[in-house]
Amino acid sequence: MLYREVGDFKTTYQADGQTFPIAFDRYRYYAVMLFAFAIVPFLLNDYWVKAIALPFLIYSIAAIGLNILIGYCGQVSLGTGGFMAVGAYSCYKFMTGFDIYIPGGEEWVRYALPPLNIFFSVILGGVMTALVGILFGLPSLRIKGFYLAVATLAAQFFLVWVFNKWEWSFNYSASGQITAPERFLFGHAITGPNTEPWATYLFCLVFVTILAIVARNLTRGHLGRSWMSIRDMDIAAEIIGVNPLKAKLTAFGISSFYIGIAGALLFSVYLGAVEVGEVFGIQKSFLVLFMVIIGGLGSIFGSFAGAAFMVLLPVLLKNVLVGQLGWATDIAAHLEFVIVGALIVIFLILEPHGLAQLWRIIKEKLRLWPFPH
Amino acid sequence: MKMRTLTAATMAVVMGVSPALADMVFPSLSYRTGPYAANGIPFADGYEDYFTLMNERDGGIGGVPIKVIECETGYNTEKGVECYESTKGEGALVYQPLSTGITYQLIPKSAADGIPLHTMGYGRTSAANGKVFNTVFNYPANYWNGASAVVNHLLDINDGDIKGKTLALVYHNSAYGKEPIRTLEELAKKHDFELTLLPVDHPGQEQKSQWLQIRREKPDYVTMWGWGVMNATAIQEAANIRYPMENFIGVWWSGSENDVKPVGEKANGYKALNFHGVGDDYPLYDDLKKYVYDAGKAAGAGDQKGTVLYNRGMYAAMLAVEAAKNAQEIHDTKEITPQQMRDGMEALVVTQATMKKLGMPNFGPTFKVSCENHGGPGLVTVNQWDAKAGEWNQITSYGESDMEVIGDLIAEDSSAFAKENKIKEACS
Repeated sequence: MLYREVGDFKTTYQADGQTFPIAFDRYRYYAVMLFAFAIVPFLLNDYWVKAIALPFLIYSIAAIGLNILIGYCGQVSLGTGGFMAVGAYSCYKFMTGFDIYIPGGEEWVRYALPPLNIFFSVILGGVMTALVGILFGLPSLRIKGFYLAVATLAAQFFLVWVFNKWEWSFNYSASGQITAPERFLFGHAITGPNTEPWATYLFCLVFVTILAIVARNLTRGHLGRSWMSIRDMDIAAEIIGVNPLKAKLTAFGISSFYIGIAGALLFSVYLGAVEVGEVFGIQKSFLVLFMVIIGGLGSIFGSFAGAAFMVLLPVLLKNVLVGQLGWATDIAAHLEFVIVGALIVIFLILEPHGLAQLWRIIKEKLRLWPFPH
Repeated sequence: MKMRTLTAATMAVVMGVSPALADMVFPSLSYRTGPYAANGIPFADGYEDYFTLMNERDGGIGGVPIKVIECETGYNTEKGVECYESTKGEGALVYQPLSTGITYQLIPKSAADGIPLHTMGYGRTSAANGKVFNTVFNYPANYWNGASAVVNHLLDINDGDIKGKTLALVYHNSAYGKEPIRTLEELAKKHDFELTLLPVDHPGQEQKSQWLQIRREKPDYVTMWGWGVMNATAIQEAANIRYPMENFIGVWWSGSENDVKPVGEKANGYKALNFHGVGDDYPLYDDLKKYVYDAGKAAGAGDQKGTVLYNRGMYAAMLAVEAAKNAQEIHDTKEITPQQMRDGMEALVVTQATMKKLGMPNFGPTFKVSCENHGGPGLVTVNQWDAKAGEWNQITSYGESDMEVIGDLIAEDSSAFAKENKIKEACS
């Protein structure tokens, strides 16, 4: 009844091509944005922001990034964890003062940039990751499918190994860990232990919002169409004039940029201290891949839905099983694996195209409601 | 108006006289799942059982009941953060995460929230400098004491000369495993032995190449900083290449029954460091049996009693309880805050008399915590596994470690941290 295009007349091309053509959708979107920006910051406490809001926002960015690569361009990648590590470590280097050593006279002389603002450190973390992503995307010009998955898997292990081994990357700390020093934005601590929940939340939310809008528009534009044509049939795409080199490498670059930003935020804002093998291991690659698959390939909304599913469900289950029912923690933890695993399987059987497809079906039904014939 | 003030005053007096005693909260960030569960379970059981005993036998600490909130971390730092945030609001007095990775994350947080962190024998070694790490404690011994104890033991069995000997360090490739490297390097310079570093990646089931290298290079001694499945795998690999077990020395986290038992007879003679007693031959165990096991209140499956890590969990709980008692005395209050708990920890003195009173005579070394020294004296003993009898034997007494070398390293590392985080070194 409410949910339909009928009667919502568009008079400009811009209005016709907007993301949410249905008025109801548009208002819902404005309401969500208003809620996220104006109301949630007042409701958050330490627990909500650290256990739920930050992981959800950060993994959403990573999932959007991977969705660009896998969902839109059809290039399978298992290197997400490694790329997130690049983002985290570059962000760390930039926020502590990027340094180089040049041989001069007897000793190596250290030249260092001044420590950059956290906002720019995160962006530069993304930029560095984009460069590394393009580098590791080069093999995609020759190989595809499972073979590409294996090549990116190599990137995953190689990058983790690099950040474990290369002492410069963690500023020669004895433990090999990187720890985010306290950094401020407009006088409010964004990293370090003395952060206000709303500050870290808004910081990440701004990134998520901008990146999601950019991703949505990229995927609807020329670039997105060339990615999708490569995904659907690369030979045909090449024949109609899509440059596979450009399409594939931009997909790798932009996807890695997103993933790098997610890694940088995960390290600096969310965790504060990171050990590469533990945080950015192969499990992380799979986690983000699951988010993308469960959420729905080739859908920005799906990335959010997948991230929410994978981040919130375990926390919810834990709180219900241990907090409410008072079960032993180990039984609850094991059961959590079983339930989450089973739900993934059930979801994929019932709806192979993910949560996004479910949402699409609901929308179709809503359009016809309450007179389905 | 006057009446109202009077009522308010009476209310205040009444409430002041009989305050509702809140529980003392000790969160247990345990891991009973994942690749490190074999070691996480006994520690968590011991930790919880001791608190249960206190509640059942003594009615808590100074009459205030204890509440243990268990939270499963799976040795995973992200879950560790979630656990910390979900439990800190409940009035947690002290955190013992049993993970060096989680410890590194909690160090700045504990300083900001004023909740003490006790990392017994793990975590950031330079936290021993209480002038910088106000809220972090790692008594009675830390990794660098451990590294030095290994070298001291080698000196002992070689009549004080290990010049030209070779020592290989097999370590978990993480913050935990990397901790001893700096100390060992310094000691290698000092005593002129050769050090080989062999990292093993998480979770540690794959160590073929490391042991192939050991087989080829035949180092005189091997020491190990391992945890979880990595321990048993390493001991198995050592047995496979017929490496003499008595030359293989693990740190205290690589010296539990779960690590040696899977290897069977061949693990006989394997050595491991420790900073407390082994077995269940202590009077306290009679009380535990009476109040906890027989009452059906044992944590977990209740099958871990007397194992090395169970004892260590119990020891951790015991030191926490002693510190809490201390805090109650210092501040003359029953209900202590985390800040007061911290003061209690900083003024902790453990003598043989205290240990005896607690029913654990000679269980651990005597030590005294102070603001300058949050790490204790670092007295370490060496245990050896007897596969036939299925038990650990203490083969040396509690020995001092090389504080000359370690003290310098602690000062260096903690001052770097202080500089990075703009902390003024001071004793409050």
